Amino acid sequence: MNFDLTDEHQMLQDSLRRFLKYSCNSKTRNEALSSETGVTSDLWHAMAEMGVIGAFFTEEQGGFGGTGADIALVFEELGRANVVSPFLDSALLSGRVLAAAGELDRVADLIGGDLQLALAHGEPTSRYDLNYVRTASVNGILNGRKAVVVNALASDILIVSARTSGKVYDEAGISLYFVEKDAAGLNIQDYALIAGGHAAEVTLDNVQGSLIGEEGKGFALLKEAYAIATVAQCAETLGEMTAATELTQEYLVTRQQFGRPIATFQALAHRMSDMLIEMEQARSAVIRAAGYFESDERTRDINIHAAKNLMGRAGRLIAEESIQMHGGIAMTQEYELAHIAKRITMADHRFGDTDYHLEKFMALTQS
Amino acid sequence: MDLNYSKDDLAFRDEVRAFLAEKLTKELSEKVRLGGDLTKNDMEGWHAILNAQGWLAPNWPKEHGGAEWNAVQRHIFDDECASSHAPRVVPFGLSMLAPVLQKFGNQLQKDHWLPRILSGEDWWCQGYSEPGAGSDLASLKTKAVREGDDYIVNGQKTWTTFGQHANMIFCLVRTDSKVKQQAGISFLLIDMNTPGIEVRPIILLDGSAEVNEVWFTDVKVPVKNLVGKENDGWTYAKYLLTHERTNIAGVGFSTAGLAAVKRIAKAEMSGGKPLIQNPLFAARVAQVEIDLMAMNTTNLRIVSQAAAGGAPGVEASMLKVKGTIIRQEINDLARRAVGPYAMPFVSEAVEGSNEPLPDPHDAGPVAAQYFNNRKISIFGGSNEIQRGIIAKVKMGG
Ligand SMILES: Cc1cc2nc3c(=O)[nH]c(=O)nc-3n(C[C@H](O)[C@H](O)[C@H](O)COP(=O)(O)OP(=O)(O)OC[C@H]3O[C@@H](n4cnc5c(N)ncnc54)[C@H](O)[C@@H]3O)c2cc1C
Repeated sequence: MNFDLTDEHQMLQDSLRRFLKYSCNSKTRNEALSSETGVTSDLWHAMAEMGVIGAFFTEEQGGFGGTGADIALVFEELGRANVVSPFLDSALLSGRVLAAAGELDRVADLIGGDLQLALAHGEPTSRYDLNYVRTASVNGILNGRKAVVVNALASDILIVSARTSGKVYDEAGISLYFVEKDAAGLNIQDYALIAGGHAAEVTLDNVQGSLIGEEGKGFALLKEAYAIATVAQCAETLGEMTAATELTQEYLVTRQQFGRPIATFQALAHRMSDMLIEMEQARSAVIRAAGYFESDERTRDINIHAAKNLMGRAGRLIAEESIQMHGGIAMTQEYELAHIAKRITMADHRFGDTDYHLEKFMALTQS
Repeated sequence: MDLNYSKDDLAFRDEVRAFLAEKLTKELSEKVRLGGDLTKNDMEGWHAILNAQGWLAPNWPKEHGGAEWNAVQRHIFDDECASSHAPRVVPFGLSMLAPVLQKFGNQLQKDHWLPRILSGEDWWCQGYSEPGAGSDLASLKTKAVREGDDYIVNGQKTWTTFGQHANMIFCLVRTDSKVKQQAGISFLLIDMNTPGIEVRPIILLDGSAEVNEVWFTDVKVPVKNLVGKENDGWTYAKYLLTHERTNIAGVGFSTAGLAAVKRIAKAEMSGGKPLIQNPLFAARVAQVEIDLMAMNTTNLRIVSQAAAGGAPGVEASMLKVKGTIIRQEINDLARRAVGPYAMPFVSEAVEGSNEPLPDPHDAGPVAAQYFNNRKISIFGGSNEIQRGIIAKVKMGG
């Protein structure tokens, strides 16, 4: 057993950390937050040039990485630097669907930084159920509504799931389509997200789509892409939790009340210790989810569900305790922690929440 | 022991319900329910309606225009107001300053300021906290120096809730820096329109603009605006903090919040069934409900005791801690319940879109409320400070 990073990973981590430290600050983030689409193209291109997007794909897919470990490493750094940019949705989630479907030209554009994507899968009443698709396709003509589609407005083209057979909750019968942004009958209602970035409600009214991969076989592609996206989300949240914990630790030893640093109050010191303990647990959960990503499906899924559940619980503790122990200052939009805490909390609403993954974990481990 | 409301209590409840049905407009209650930012007009309008009814000041003595309700009546009133989504009455003048003036103000001050609080002519804000003086309030630095018939005030207050609406602020200021911190503080009433005062908004993490920084540069305050004696302000401040404890547990808010969570969870589907039937989610809801039922009774027990003459000291701290934990847990459940729809940034501060944002359960910005309500365990004496008080009272030290 060996928990050290490989030389390549160490290099990638070092250069990424250095780059993000230099290029991401509250000013660039506020630009991203207030930009029309939530994407800052300078950062996107610079990261693509560094090979960050390439690290999401295997060599056969045109990249130079693609393992759970590669991806967790990148996303932890993005989280640590508190980056607001749709790498997760546009490049990883959408990209892995296309890569698995053999759309390698598009993947090449993506790796080069020249393509923005959005995966329109969830629907207003699907909650976190991956198999729920009501949007229907008849001969490639799509009708339905997609909910909270991250990066829809900035995307160059949409990937839309639609049902070609079966019932609303059936895994079989889900197909995937490209939909052009200027397609007739497509409506995109864009809005900002609490954690930064943008999403949209997408309505399809007799919209022409073009099939991706095999008809009716979309679920397997989605499941695979959601699995790696969940690992990435956990890693990003781990990075954010690290940042929150460091900020809080620093603040407790600096802030004086009653003539002494508030870190000297045991009521706070012990809770800081609990945060640090949970951080170690969270790191282990993410390491497991990333490290078992290439093993058999059951082992992989057990560890992913475990990680997302643990991150939901530990994330809540870190976000809430960080705010509470800072006092009023953490309630202000201007202070870095507020933004970090919002990202940690909102991560619980992506790819299944704490309870969703607990249920899945129970189902897999009770037998 | 009798856990039921008496006939009189029930009659009172009917009266409150009829009043709310008649006077609380749908427009206003919807705004409150959906967590919209209330305008100054909204708040002043509701204040005036309560005043006309004689229900604005439940705790004031009758001689000053109060209602003098008993503990159960206050509980009923708070509960009914919260469940019909009435606006919260702005407490700074009514429940914070007024008791201090009633006890420590001179006759002129009482005659002048108290009626204006009821009529709404003055909007008061609270100038206690400073950047360096939060929990350790006695370390405050804002200085007042006597010059003839005036004090000259210099310094900065912060976190001033609704400072942007207020025309008056009651402040703790340092009038003697040579003595022990607590012994050199005075309680001043300051007109916000005096030259030298500047109010700057602080935007909170949910995008709301409710708190401010207030800066004082050579601000002249007439000596007649000193409450009580110079350098005795700490006594009055402590009286203010311990006196007004109505609704500190926020039981009404929690009850309304829990009902909303259940309503959402009945409509939200998860795995083909309503979320409320999901055992994991249902267990979370049930646990909070159990806590809230007990809190309901804890609150009534403690408030009745206080009304009967027992001082609500350490028990008020208990209500604050547990009450805020329950409220925050309910906020957390609401954000969980709506699933991915917790993510949109629903704020009136968002410009550019006229289309309504997606809100399938008509639940309002539940995630924003979750973040905003992190404040309730920080302000009014943080939960850590309250636990410190409980421990000190119960174990000495
Ligand atoms: C939304 C909002 C509205 C507010 N409105 C007003 C207002 O209208 N007027 C006004 O005057 N003030 C107002 N306040 C200020 C509020 O009262 C202070 O935030 C509060 O007193 C805490 O002070 P602080 O924020 O400086 O935190 P600090 O006092 O710096 O505390 C930081 C952390 O240390 C903990 N801590 C401090 N001392 C101890 C100790 N001895 N033992 C254990 N833990 C300790 C605290 O509990 C907290 O967790 C408001 C605050 C907020 C957030």
